[in-house]
Amino acid sequence: MTPQARLALKNALRTGVILFVFALIGTAMLAFTHDRTEPTITRGQLAEKRALLGQVLPAKLYDNDLLAAQQSVPPDDLLGTRQASALWLARRGGEFSGVVLEAIAPDGYSGDIAMLIGIDADGNVTGVRVTAHRETPGLGDYIDRAKSAWIDQFAGKSLTNPEPKHWKVAKDGGVFDARAGATITPRAVVKAVKDALDYFAQHRAAFAAPAGEAQPTKESNP
Amino acid sequence: MMTMSEFRSLFHNGLIKQNTGLVQLLGLCPLLAISNNIVNALSLGLATMLVMAASSGAVSGVRHFVPNEIRIPVFVLIIAALVTVIDLAMNAFVHPLYLVLGIFIPLITTNCIVLARADAFAAKNHPLQSVVDAVAMGLGLTLVLVVLGAIRELAGQGTLFSGIDLVFGEAAKSLVLHVLPNYHGFLLAILPPGAFIALGLLIAANNWYKVRADRRARAALPAAA
Repeated sequence: MTPQARLALKNALRTGVILFVFALIGTAMLAFTHDRTEPTITRGQLAEKRALLGQVLPAKLYDNDLLAAQQSVPPDDLLGTRQASALWLARRGGEFSGVVLEAIAPDGYSGDIAMLIGIDADGNVTGVRVTAHRETPGLGDYIDRAKSAWIDQFAGKSLTNPEPKHWKVAKDGGVFDARAGATITPRAVVKAVKDALDYFAQHRAAFAAPAGEAQPTKESNP
Repeated sequence: MMTMSEFRSLFHNGLIKQNTGLVQLLGLCPLLAISNNIVNALSLGLATMLVMAASSGAVSGVRHFVPNEIRIPVFVLIIAALVTVIDLAMNAFVHPLYLVLGIFIPLITTNCIVLARADAFAAKNHPLQSVVDAVAMGLGLTLVLVVLGAIRELAGQGTLFSGIDLVFGEAAKSLVLHVLPNYHGFLLAILPPGAFIALGLLIAANNWYKVRADRRARAALPAAA
């Protein structure tokens, strides 16, 4: 080995070791921070999720731990889902008292509008929240509860109130108002809520089955 | 230690002469994405400044141990690690603010102004100077972001400080200024093209001011001689 080659090798080894040491320090720093913050972060996320579920399903409707009662359901056209989605079964005194569904309105102005829909045991909507959307800011984004109270008008509605043919925005002859200039967005949301109610009607028996028994919604799709 | 004039020149450099947003035009991605209102702009500007100060200080502190050939990977590693630490800490301890800024914090890693200052300044200077330089640069960026945010928010929604309740809680909602009541909004200003147009106008104004100042200085010269 020539002296130059030996020097080059020595240099390469040296820089390699230095880079390795820095990587090691960086990793240790991250591991330490992760270890210290993880419990707080997890607690925060659970609290956030619980608060979100509480917004669509009033707390007085259930006494079970909603988060623990999470189930996964296969994709369904009525829910607008293309992948398995989650639902949370609420019980009070062991009796089925409501459900929170994850639903998607696939026909928003700019893509999917993800929603949480709460429905009580009698099929009345208890609350709807948009959790993710890409609607135009200042135009279609009033479906977001942070921007306006528009979404509140669904509370108390069911498949009989109004009748199915009136489950439309006012412009299409329905009962739900929509702001001028942005009809596509509310139209998609209204349809998604109605579909979720249809889904509920189809699966109500399974939801109401006592805890621990077979849940047909879960196994229907491998 | 550093002298007062050194201190002043660093700030002049960061705020005016080499302003990130108006002169160097570095880190435009977050600049354009976040500047749709003042609150977002200010929050991201300050977060970027914090990351720059921390990373410049760290880079400057280890500059004698980093061989020239691998300085860029090492700097990127330091910046990414620091950003992740700040991201995790914010998520755990100032959760409401994290909800507003959350998706943009990791983006700070990719903001080239952070790496640029680390490599161009911190790698060659003492930690104290490096931190001051980073703060000055970050302040310059924040200033441009806030002006841009104010222009876009005012033109787009007719308000100032909307969304402040996301940072300071529901009580701060009364701080939102409805400058133009019954304003129907000007969508273009809020969407990305509005950011480009407003930034272009700001750069033009800055250049115009500079050209004018130069001409005045030159005109004053013969008279003085």
